[in-house]
This record gives sequence, structure tokens and C-alpha cells, in this order.
Amino acid sequence: MTDTAQIPDSVYEQGEYNFAYLDEQTKRMIRRAILKGIAIPGYQVPFASREMPMPYGWGTGGVQVTAAILGRDDCLKMIDQGSDDTTNAVSLRGFFEKTAEVRTTCETAEATIIQTRHRIPEKPLTGDQILVFQVPIPEPLRFLEPRETETRKMHALEDYGLMHVKLYEDIAKNGHIATTYAYPVKVNDRYVMDPSPTPKFDNPKIDRMAALQLYGAGREKRIYAIPPYTKVKSLDFEDYPFEIQKFDKPCGLCGAENVYLDEVILDDRGGRMFVCSDSDYCEERRADGHLGPMAADPAAARISSTGIDGAKTGETVR
Amino acid sequence: MNLFHGEDPLLQVHNVTRYYGDRVGCSEVSFDLWPGEVLAIVGESGSGKTTLLNCLSTRLAPTAGAIEYRMRDGAMRNLYQLSEAERRLLMRTDWGFVHQNAADGLRMNVSAGANVGERLMAVGARHYGNIRSTADDWLGRVEIDSDRIDDDPRSFSGGMRQRLQIARNLVTQPRLVFMDEPTGGLDVSVQARLLDLLRRLVADLGLSVVIVTHDLAVARLLSHRIMVMRHGNVIETGLTDQVLDDPREPYTQLLVSSILQV
Repeated sequence: MTDTAQIPDSVYEQGEYNFAYLDEQTKRMIRRAILKGIAIPGYQVPFASREMPMPYGWGTGGVQVTAAILGRDDCLKMIDQGSDDTTNAVSLRGFFEKTAEVRTTCETAEATIIQTRHRIPEKPLTGDQILVFQVPIPEPLRFLEPRETETRKMHALEDYGLMHVKLYEDIAKNGHIATTYAYPVKVNDRYVMDPSPTPKFDNPKIDRMAALQLYGAGREKRIYAIPPYTKVKSLDFEDYPFEIQKFDKPCGLCGAENVYLDEVILDDRGGRMFVCSDSDYCEERRADGHLGPMAADPAAARISSTGIDGAKTGETVR
Repeated sequence: MNLFHGEDPLLQVHNVTRYYGDRVGCSEVSFDLWPGEVLAIVGESGSGKTTLLNCLSTRLAPTAGAIEYRMRDGAMRNLYQLSEAERRLLMRTDWGFVHQNAADGLRMNVSAGANVGERLMAVGARHYGNIRSTADDWLGRVEIDSDRIDDDPRSFSGGMRQRLQIARNLVTQPRLVFMDEPTGGLDVSVQARLLDLLRRLVADLGLSVVIVTHDLAVARLLSHRIMVMRHGNVIETGLTDQVLDDPREPYTQLLVSSILQV
């Protein structure tokens, strides 16, 4: 976050990576895009996205944003679907450990930069933290209007009736607003924005968040941002107000309520449990002595010791 | 023009010319359109009818000439000097455009109700119940059953699609509607029903309409006044009955006499 080191030429000669993989010119270019994004909250700033040593869909946008803002004294946390120990999170954490040699952590409170895919940590973030989102499709109007020239014009003219057509369709077809993730929001009363595929459960956290939020879409070559304490409103109808998902059970392991839960299949005879999607939050609560109704279950004990792999339902990338 | 005497024109067209490179689309067209008046533009394919209609509806900038429209506040404004935002607002509130092919004017992948409601939501309606009841009301007015409100237009017949397109355009109570061959591609009995419906709606709502058609029967049924075009020029203009019963120009005489008599 603070000054990025200028790498002496000797390092290049040794065949090592520049600090955080990207060269300094590229990082400056990305920082300029980020600054513009912060100046115009919710506006999608085009940037010259680079080829990264990982496939599109793995978070190349988020990685480039993180690389551009990372400093030597930063502490990095990587989240994939709320968890620190799934493939994507482990790989990207390893990437920055190797190329930037920064400190990494699983603890939300300790991190200065948190890169995430799908979830916002349950623990409230502070003003000294930056949340970086990996975005697959930044354009909220894309599935309603395929032409980029037209969607840009619609943003410019604040012509957002179409977004409500989608919500109308949801209610007409399902009886309620059935959009559960990538739920469109209006930022600072101006731009309609796609908060990446986070579940709508996390939308209220985006509103007036203390931490800076940066969104990077590598394939689509867009960066956008929400500065701290910015008003973010989820779109809705007067008679169908915005609601977040509710869970009728607490977390099976730590007993937490009002958190986002993942369903975990335990066996092939219908056994299942619901656990916190935010693995760090769950572990911290268990360390504090909170126990959920299934914490003593042998299957659950196995999960909590080895970490949750696969076996998740719910959000997939569109 | 006794019918509309005493009112100010809604649309004033001055010498509108459109070239496609060296070729003429339409040339030096001037006319006034009064509130509540239906003007038919007739002529054979390639005569410049659609070019003129697109120029009038700001879909295609004319090479030369000016088009002025009386806004709801009574001021005459040159359409091509409006800002993009003003023009868009005009197009989805005060105007309608009925395409020949209904698929061009509808959103084929959202329900009929959403198609009708889109304009309302675009101008700020945010109450689902009200939007839906307005949509339902309009579907009724264009003779589409209420139970089809949640169906996609894809499942509609050609005639129903065309009626849905009309409802979608009229929901914001526009004052001026452009129609490009609204009955093209429909079979004769469906055409007759659609024309009947259009005639009633136009009369009830006091709409001004500019309708492009090559079908003189459509012009006869719907329009008060007629403009005959050929090679991009207006060659004859007058009251519909007068032009069709007593055509002056040889070309108009040819057009009128070429109607099939069954």
C-alpha cells in the first residue's frame, strides 16, 4: 500500500521477478486507473489489462490491482468463496508470496490488503484496509444489452430503466426478486454497478464501508472503485424492497447467526450441514469457545480439522 | 386542413434531404403535421419513404434541412439540436416507433408485461404493482389476454407481437407515433383487425401519426392526409380521399389503378 520499491537493475540481471510480478510502468498505469475509479465511484475505468501467468477467471483483474497497490510492509489475505484454503486462494497467495515476498495471513483483522472472490469478510473492515474484488463481468447491463457502445451510453446518460426490467422479470417469474448474487447497486446516487458475484447477503456491507473497495476485471479490462463511506444502494421496487438471504439455522460448527452459510454434504445418505462461508470468522469463534450444534459430529470434526474442500453449493460464476 | 384549423403544428419539416453518397434517399421534403393528424407516406419500394421516416424520428441524421417539434412545454425545438439525453427522453415518452418487424421493437427475451412496463421504469416508475396493473390494462386495450402477461413475445403470433409493440409504445401516452409498415407481413384478416384497433386507438388518444406504407388500403383506412413519394421526391400531397379518388400525377394514377380489385 505504501511506496513500492524501485527494483535495482541488478535484480533483473539475476532473472528474478520485479516486485509483485508486474513491471513498474504497468503498475503506474493501473494506479492511474484506480485513482480515476476512486474519483468517479462506480464508473468502469478501462485499463490495459496484462496477460497474467494464470488463466482468465482465476482473478487476473484482482491480481493486477493487488500487485499495483502492494507494498513491502503490507500483509495480504486471499479469500475464495469466503475460504482461505481453497485452490484459488492458496494459489494466488502463493503467487504473491513468491513474487513479492510479502507477509500473508488468514486473519481478517491482521491483513492490510484483502483480495476476494465472492465474499466480504463477516468481521467489519477498517479504514486501514483495502478490499480487492475479482470481477468476471463488470457490466451490470451486459445480459440485458449486449452492445458495449450502447451500455456505455446508458451509463453516461444515467439511463437505467432496463435494470429494473430485469428485477420486474424476476418478480413476474418467481414472485420475488430472485437475483441472489451480482445484485445491482447504485453507487453514490449515480452509477449502477455490479458488485461482482458476491451474494446479495454482502450488499449491505458495501454500503458506507470504512475500507476502500477496488474491483478489477482482467478479461474485460475494467477497474472500478468505491471510496470509503460511500452510499451504495441495492436496486429494488417500492413494494418489493431489497432483502438479503436469511438462514433458519446457525453455523453447524461455531453456532454463529446472521452470517452467510455454505451447505456441506457429509455423506451419500442425505447428511449435510451448514457452516460459515467465512472460514477465518468460524475458526476464530471456535477458538473463543463458541460451539455449534454439530461441532461434536465426527463428520464435522473431520471437516473442521482439514478445512472444507469442494462440496459447496450455491454461487457459481455466471 | 380545416380539421386542424386554429392549432399550431406539432411537427414542422423544412427541406429535409438525405443523400447516401451520391445517391438520393429523399430530397427537399417539407410539410407540417398537426396534433391529432394521421399522415400516410406512400410509394413503391426505394422511393425514400423509410429514409424520410428515419430522418423524422432522429434515427438517421438528414444531410440538409431542419425538423422542428413542439415539446410539451409548447416550445418548438430543432430535433437535431437536442442533446442525446433529451432526444432519448423524447423517444420514450412523447414518441412511439412501431417497426414493421415486431422483433425489432420488442425485447424478445423478457415477458410481455416487462415489455410494456419498460418505458414506465425508464421514466422512473418504481412500484411493481402499479407497473403491472398498467401493463395489464394496456394488454387489454390491444386485445391480448391478461393470462399472457408473463409469456415471452417469442410465444406470440405475428399479429399479437405487433399489438404488443403498439401497447409498449403507447403506455407513456405519446403525442406522436411513427409507424413503418405496421401491417406488413401479416395475413389479411389479422391486418384488418390490427387496422381496426389502430384506428380506434388513434382516435381515442388523439395521436398524431406518421405512417409509412406501400399499401394504399392502409392509407385509406387510417390517414387523413397522404404524401406520395417517388425517387426521393414528394410528387403529390393532399387529403387521402382526394388523392386516392382523383389522383393528379400520372404516377399516382398508376399506383391507384394497380390496386388489385377482388
